[in-house]
Amino acid sequence: MSEPVIALEGVSLARRGAAVLEGVSLTVAHDDYLAILGPNGGGKTTLLQVMLGLVRPDRGLVRVLGGPAGRAHGQIGYVPQDVRFDLDFPIRVLDVVLMGRLAARGLLRPFRAADRAAARAALARVEMAELAERPVGALSGGQRQRVLIARALAMEPRVLLLDEPMASLDERIGRNLWELLGELARHMAVVLVSHDIGAISHHVRSVACLNVRLHGHPSRQLSAEALEAAYGCSVELLLHGHPHRVLPTHGEEGDA
Amino acid sequence: MIEALELPFLQRVLAAGLLASVACGIVGSYVVAKRISTLAGGVSHAAFGGVGLGYWLGFPPMLGAAAFGLLASWVICVAWRRMGSALDTMTSMVWAVGMALGIIFVSLAPGYAPDLMSFLFGNLLFVPWEYVRLVAALDVAVLATVLLLGKELQAVAFDEEFAQVAGVPVERTFLLLLSISALTVVALIRVVGVVLAIALLTIPAMIARHWSDSLRGMMLIAVPVCAACVLSGLTGSWLLADLASLSVPPGPLVVVVAVLAWTVSGALRRRRFAGHAPVSSAA
Repeated sequence: MSEPVIALEGVSLARRGAAVLEGVSLTVAHDDYLAILGPNGGGKTTLLQVMLGLVRPDRGLVRVLGGPAGRAHGQIGYVPQDVRFDLDFPIRVLDVVLMGRLAARGLLRPFRAADRAAARAALARVEMAELAERPVGALSGGQRQRVLIARALAMEPRVLLLDEPMASLDERIGRNLWELLGELARHMAVVLVSHDIGAISHHVRSVACLNVRLHGHPSRQLSAEALEAAYGCSVELLLHGHPHRVLPTHGEEGDA
Repeated sequence: MIEALELPFLQRVLAAGLLASVACGIVGSYVVAKRISTLAGGVSHAAFGGVGLGYWLGFPPMLGAAAFGLLASWVICVAWRRMGSALDTMTSMVWAVGMALGIIFVSLAPGYAPDLMSFLFGNLLFVPWEYVRLVAALDVAVLATVLLLGKELQAVAFDEEFAQVAGVPVERTFLLLLSISALTVVALIRVVGVVLAIALLTIPAMIARHWSDSLRGMMLIAVPVCAACVLSGLTGSWLLADLASLSVPPGPLVVVVAVLAWTVSGALRRRRFAGHAPVSSAA
């Protein structure tokens, strides 16, 4: 059994006096395909930022690929939520994907033909090769999402972290993306976070629920108790063997 | 006009204007793309504090301007990133404090400050060779920075979070960008003055944005556009003096020409891309 690629132990973090993460312990093995579910504001993005070393926890231990968080540059691929981008920024698709080669090339060295080839290969993998010269602002939400995945893949990472990867995609493109992630998960550890229980459905291998605290050890089975604890409402779990479906039952329709 | 080009003073003016355009177009493209033009405006006004200090203590005002410009950009950067101050309020404060200090220092200086107006609104006509050499050195520094650290600058300008994940020293890269912006703005003070420097830094880059979808492409367009604006302003000032005996300083003319060019460019672009995707300029 090899060392876990990511190990969190008792991670706690507060912002302006409010707990964002509390006592979160979690290990991700090199062949894991894990979804972290939880409501908005449950600390999912922060948890990814802790894994990436972008945010330092107040308490707890974080180990990534055998070292402290924030040191494994180029080995931990990150696909942020797309909504933060300035669509007016003057940049083309290929140049965005080339950013995935920053760590491999290093400071003071311009990109080379090999980097451009790697970026084009990553684009081909998400079926975006023909749009390499397009300005990023001219893409649709689904295309942009795939560009961001290609950028992470261009790093040739050992772990892939995705923040709400399905948020802005229509059903067909979402399905293609699930296929791609399933394929990627055979070669690297994949961790994604989502607030949408239905979206996770039958794709990932294990699920954990996060609402400040992590509920239920990541398991192959999504337990009703863990979801209920995370969402604070009763949840009905429908299992049809494979694929399985999860449906929440609220007192009334709408948000809890 | 051709004989006029052999005049040493005119050669100095042209060399200064053209060399300043190189740094201006390159740095301006980053400033426009990263949307930090108000920050650059704050830096140029803060530089006036250094001009005043130079008058008062008797050292070259441009030296003071460079020191104050760098200091201002670092103060804004640290306050913004480390202390979480809002960027716009911090910028306004540095902007005002620099101007206030400049006026206080100038009033403390003995006698009348004869060319104070040229710092506020620029004056290329009596530019010394020394300035031309300094701007040439700035161009070399800016070009070297872009060639060696272009991919890091672009990554930090586009997506700081990912740049950090990829191991780019984000804060130092951003500080470097601010520093070359500050020095470029200070160099532009001689051309168009403290008040108008921000216009010359950003307008050619905004025109370039109409016609390019990459930072590199913007730079390649912004540099000649900036040079054309500077030359037009200078020529306009000369023509007004020669033909109509009107004494209009070139600095403000440069800015007016730039804004007119931006308007025309925007209209042309609308016409060309009418019915097409708003951003794409691909054929």
